[in-house]
Amino acid sequence: MSKHVVAAVSDLPAGSRRQVTIKGRPIVVFNLSGEFFALVNRCPHQGAGLCEGEITGLVTSDRPGEFHVSREGEIIRCPWHGWEFDIRTGQSWCDPSRIRIRPYPVEVAPGARLVQGPYVAETVPVRIEEDYVVLEV
Amino acid sequence: MSAETPGAIDCDLHPALPGCMALLPYLDGHWREEIVSRGLDDLDLALWPRNAPLTARQDWRPAQGLAGGSVDLVRAQALDPFGSSIGILNTLFGAPALHNVDMAAALCRATNDWVAREWLDRDARLRAGILVPMESPELAVQEIERRAADRRFVQVLLLGAAETLLGRRVNWPIYEAAEKHGLPVALQVTSATRVAPTANGWPTYLIEDHVNFAQTFQSQLLSMISEGVFSRYPGLKLVLLNAGIGWVPSFLWRGTKEWRALRREVPWVDRDPAAIFRDHVRISIQPIDAPPDPADLAALLEMVGSDEMLLFATDWPHWRFEGTDALPPGLPERLRPRVLRENALATYPRLKESLP
Repeated sequence: MSKHVVAAVSDLPAGSRRQVTIKGRPIVVFNLSGEFFALVNRCPHQGAGLCEGEITGLVTSDRPGEFHVSREGEIIRCPWHGWEFDIRTGQSWCDPSRIRIRPYPVEVAPGARLVQGPYVAETVPVRIEEDYVVLEV
Repeated sequence: MSAETPGAIDCDLHPALPGCMALLPYLDGHWREEIVSRGLDDLDLALWPRNAPLTARQDWRPAQGLAGGSVDLVRAQALDPFGSSIGILNTLFGAPALHNVDMAAALCRATNDWVAREWLDRDARLRAGILVPMESPELAVQEIERRAADRRFVQVLLLGAAETLLGRRVNWPIYEAAEKHGLPVALQVTSATRVAPTANGWPTYLIEDHVNFAQTFQSQLLSMISEGVFSRYPGLKLVLLNAGIGWVPSFLWRGTKEWRALRREVPWVDRDPAAIFRDHVRISIQPIDAPPDPADLAALLEMVGSDEMLLFATDWPHWRFEGTDALPPGLPERLRPRVLRENALATYPRLKESLP
């Protein structure tokens, strides 16, 4: 595993996502209200690029005819068949123990620390005064 | 005569009700007069013409009278040869299909009284399903409540096809009453003929009616799952009589696949349809639409993934098999005790109250 600078925090505002390629792997990085998460950008069903999917909340029900929406912005639906995945964990809603997307650890690091290494900043120029999203792959 | 299946619980026997005239002793004055003055007698269902080969096995047609027409016949042809310890009577009669729901209710009530008096009272092994005027859920519930105290009535009988898809909320009072009294709901291969039995219109031949009924069962089951009947009534069991099992794997695969994509529309369906099916649905073993090679039956059952699903049934007096070969060849040996007895005891709580 190695750490990779994938974006400046200021370039990935809350609610946005970005696709990056690290070590040849397509990965999508999400900003959930200031918390960052990363998942392989590939639906385990038929390989669609998750990054293109709709981000929604979780719809549940206590009884027929009632709808509760919770966790607004924390669920991504695959653009091809609508399977829902928890952005925080990569687990599917339909079969969480067996159908899941590999998550990668993400952290936010200040530019001052990054310039000391051993981080790999493939495409993102690092400035001391900025914060950066760092992915471990 | 050696019993092939000693101690079995036969979940599908069809006593033949001669017609409305046989119910006169069980009808009150108004309805007796209505029946007599109209000359209303035969309310047989379109799928079961009395003389069709399917309706009664040749060696089960008595020299006189109706096949399935007496307690003596059910003893001699079904209970004794198979060694059944319990047999459940599921009356096939057109009363629930009547448009006049009050008449339907009166005739269903009389039919249930007739079953109790002329069948259940005469053989302690017999149990029965409750015929209900299902086009009026309110009247249907009244009949369930009236009958529930008689513990020999062990399930609620519904026509396989009626005015509405069975999952619709208008039908829920029936499920609520059934769950409350520990009564599974059973669907029979009969229709109120309100709508065509296929999505593409009316078929021509009896063979189409019978083969297409697998579609009807699937529509009803999918409706009940999607509308949330099993979420709302978690104790409810659904018994499909004469449904066959060949269609089950593809139904579960397709249902689960689409649920994964569309479940937000029906969030009360909080498990995949296959899991709901395995918990709530039971199917009688005759007629079996098993693969031609008996060796493939185990694979089919493996795909269904439930050892609890199959219930022993002869479907007497319908012509489904010869001799006492009610268990299909290839049925895995480990399933035998479950199919013959254990699954029925787990499905019908009332059977355990008076175990022979």
